[in-house]
Amino acid sequence: MSKENKNLALTGGAAAAEALRQINPDVMPVYPITPQTPIVETFVKIVADGEADTEIIDVESEHSAMSAAIGAQAAGVRAMTASSSQGIMLMSEMLPIASGMRLPILMLVSARAISAPINIHGDHQDVMAVRDLGWIQIFSENVQEVYDNAFIALKLAEKVRLPAMVIMDGFTTSHSVENLEILDNSTVKNFIGEYNPKNYLLDFENPKTFGPVALPNSYFEFKRAQIGAMDEVIEEYFDICKNYAEISGRDYGLFESYKLEDAEKAIVAAGSTAGTAKMAVDELREQGEKVGLLKIKLFRPFSYHEIAKALKNVKNIAVLDRTVSFGSRAPLCNEIKNSLYEIPDTKYNIQSYIYGLGGREVLKDDIKKAFQDNWNEKETKYIGLK
Amino acid sequence: MSWKEIEEGATIGHDLTKSPKTGDWRYMKPRVDKKNCIGCGTCFSYCPEAAIDFDLERKADIDYDICKGCGVCASVCPKKAIRMAKNV
Repeated sequence: MSKENKNLALTGGAAAAEALRQINPDVMPVYPITPQTPIVETFVKIVADGEADTEIIDVESEHSAMSAAIGAQAAGVRAMTASSSQGIMLMSEMLPIASGMRLPILMLVSARAISAPINIHGDHQDVMAVRDLGWIQIFSENVQEVYDNAFIALKLAEKVRLPAMVIMDGFTTSHSVENLEILDNSTVKNFIGEYNPKNYLLDFENPKTFGPVALPNSYFEFKRAQIGAMDEVIEEYFDICKNYAEISGRDYGLFESYKLEDAEKAIVAAGSTAGTAKMAVDELREQGEKVGLLKIKLFRPFSYHEIAKALKNVKNIAVLDRTVSFGSRAPLCNEIKNSLYEIPDTKYNIQSYIYGLGGREVLKDDIKKAFQDNWNEKETKYIGLK
Repeated sequence: MSWKEIEEGATIGHDLTKSPKTGDWRYMKPRVDKKNCIGCGTCFSYCPEAAIDFDLERKADIDYDICKGCGVCASVCPKKAIRMAKNV
């Protein structure tokens, strides 16, 4: 660990911008949308002050932002962008093109509700809506994790050549000031290294076509190869987190197990709510209740085997989703059920909760109350619904 | 081809020595009258195939491997220094 590390108080957005300053991407096409705004507005100021020499492109929409990022990354440089909500919806046509062309673009997401009705506040509907488009998705609990995940995600993306989203909760994390530790510039530079693209358009010695047509005789094979790339992520993520722990002292895993060892009841959650749930777990533990938490970090790819191992001995599980899958059960809950199916001859009682849509507050007491509910698999319950 | 051997990200590599030359399509061939050419660069910017460059004397110089013979250069040349003639 370097002695040059310093502690700062920053919003999640400014922490993401600080990470961008240290990464110093080559190209950043951007289009404004709340609550992503603090990321880009902080970063363009850094660029204007001459502390980063990124080419900022003001584009006319998020569709263009992702298109320009794809073009730049395909040309052979590091391209990044940031967005939220409707912006991600508008990008959604281009997202699978980035992953299909195996371009490791980094996108910082301040997750927000999607319309209609219009709502600018935090939930996970935008990122969950694009969960099947071939992007790596990492959730961040707090400002420190936003900063750390930016480096981990970039390194991971470039290693397996897939694009990655670093997700923070809109407003709750993106606009709240928290203390965090910033690594020194040279430590970060050594960790992320130079970008060496495998295939790139400006390689004049080896000219290539990107994004050609692939008909029924080859399309299937390209997609299977892409599945293979996703499968590599989990193993690489372990190694990268190990290296990151050596330079930062912060040891991250695929997920965080919080007081799970002897837990009889556990909650599974992603994002800032996991922080609130830790406080609820602590207070219930003081009263002698054996409760725990599993915090999701890497959501795509989903680490089924590892999560099954972590939850194996917890018979009562509640899964908190900050999103809806209309006409289906909530996505995170489905993944947890899917994971536990591989544990033979064990009956789990898994309760699905939907909470916090459109920025509805979820407080410690709400989670404590949820822990005391009767959990059953039959129906979805709602936290904070009027 | 099996998915294990297929090109990553569906990129296609090109072997330039084997690639067809668009110059083969040409019916009419532009010729630059180097005495009249003033090196203004108009043809350079109009050429849809980017087949025109300057030579060492800053006169228009056409790459006939690429030039398809469309004639845009001849029509935009302010000095009428480029003429189209049948390809031979």
